[in-house]
Amino acid sequence: MNIIIDYGLGNLNSVQKGFERVGLETKISSDIEEIRKSNSIILPGVGAFRDAVKLLEEKNLKNLIIEEVNKGKNILGICLGMQLLYDKSFENGEFDGLGLIKGNIKKFDISLKVPHMGWNNLKFQQNNPILKYIKEGDYVYYVHSYYAEGEEEDLIAYSEYEVKVPGIVNRENIYGIQFHPEKSGTVGHNILKAYKEIIS
Amino acid sequence: MLAKRIIPCLDVRKGRVVKGKKFKNIVDVDQPENLGKFYSDSGADELVFYDITASNEGRKTSLEFVKKVADEINIPFSVGGGVSSLEDFNDILRKGADKVSVNSSAVKNPQLIKEASEKYGAQCVVLSIDAKKDKDGTWKVIINGGRKNTGMDAVQWAVKGVELGAGELVINSIDADGMKEGYDIELLSEITKRVRVPVIASGGAGSMNHFYEVAKEADVDGILAASVFHYGEIKIMELKKYLKDRGIEVRI
Repeated sequence: MNIIIDYGLGNLNSVQKGFERVGLETKISSDIEEIRKSNSIILPGVGAFRDAVKLLEEKNLKNLIIEEVNKGKNILGICLGMQLLYDKSFENGEFDGLGLIKGNIKKFDISLKVPHMGWNNLKFQQNNPILKYIKEGDYVYYVHSYYAEGEEEDLIAYSEYEVKVPGIVNRENIYGIQFHPEKSGTVGHNILKAYKEIIS
Repeated sequence: MLAKRIIPCLDVRKGRVVKGKKFKNIVDVDQPENLGKFYSDSGADELVFYDITASNEGRKTSLEFVKKVADEINIPFSVGGGVSSLEDFNDILRKGADKVSVNSSAVKNPQLIKEASEKYGAQCVVLSIDAKKDKDGTWKVIINGGRKNTGMDAVQWAVKGVELGAGELVINSIDADGMKEGYDIELLSEITKRVRVPVIASGGAGSMNHFYEVAKEADVDGILAASVFHYGEIKIMELKKYLKDRGIEVRI
């Protein structure tokens, strides 16, 4: 089973619905045994970084996720879930993330409107199986005020918003998506479809 | 680059999508989830549902459509109409909406914007303002579905709403609504000059050129319309091609 981790933040139903549409069965859970036995982990989330990390720690999920991913289990972080994969975030302070991907989360310091909200197009940095069913220039739906500053080698696709905004990142068995694939129409559907093939 | 969003607006009464002119002559149209799916498949970037069901009791049942819409579509959508408490925000977001919009109740209780923004994040708090031009040349905030003039300055209220934590504004011109003579570019420009959150233009769409004018001249982030889409007078993909040909960034 593929587990969508429920730590009390975010609209998990729409993420689950998104996977259901591409034929990937998922279960929403925070149960430690279920997560251990799972085929893959999906880490969603909206809201504040600090609250999310605190909730993960309180539910004993932080170390569990790190352990499982280090053993080679696939993980997909979506939106705040992607940001949690990084070393640390500077959202209202300085907080440690899961440290699975190198880099930090920082606030947009730009002249354009923040949050970066709406449909922006993707540019491809490098080939990756997750891009199999989409093409460069396709639009995806973003809502966020903080973005990841990481290594070029982990960057798969990005959008321009005065700065280079990482949209999809990947390091070995770890994937992160900053936009909302479950809200990105056909393009989002096709990204989830490709991800299903990656973990199957 | 961010695309200008094209947003069909669906008025819902007792679970059905309806459309009237200047808030009057309401006619029955379709099921919200059917029309929502149709627009999502036709290239809409986002949907707005206003629940105009009158009574509180009726509204609770009426909100059942939110879950049906969330199950049917995979683009963002917001729900408004009669939202007056944090519980209403919670109900609507839990049923799967991405944003909640407040109008009259925020005028009566501005703290609602602040509290909702702190609890659920600014990105899901939309302040919707119905504005009408006054004899003195300013715009006043109208509440209760177009019936009551508050005497408040609409531009100032927009600025205040953003300070309180609204993450987006929907500006509906009562003068232009249903008239099909174009958006109120003057009003919209006054507001987009003063705020740093997305502004959605509403009221007055009659032709594709009206969309172009407001996108070009008022620096809005999204353009909302109802009847021109419901009655098939403007097809969303044709509209987007029209805008793209004229240099407006849209998602095709």
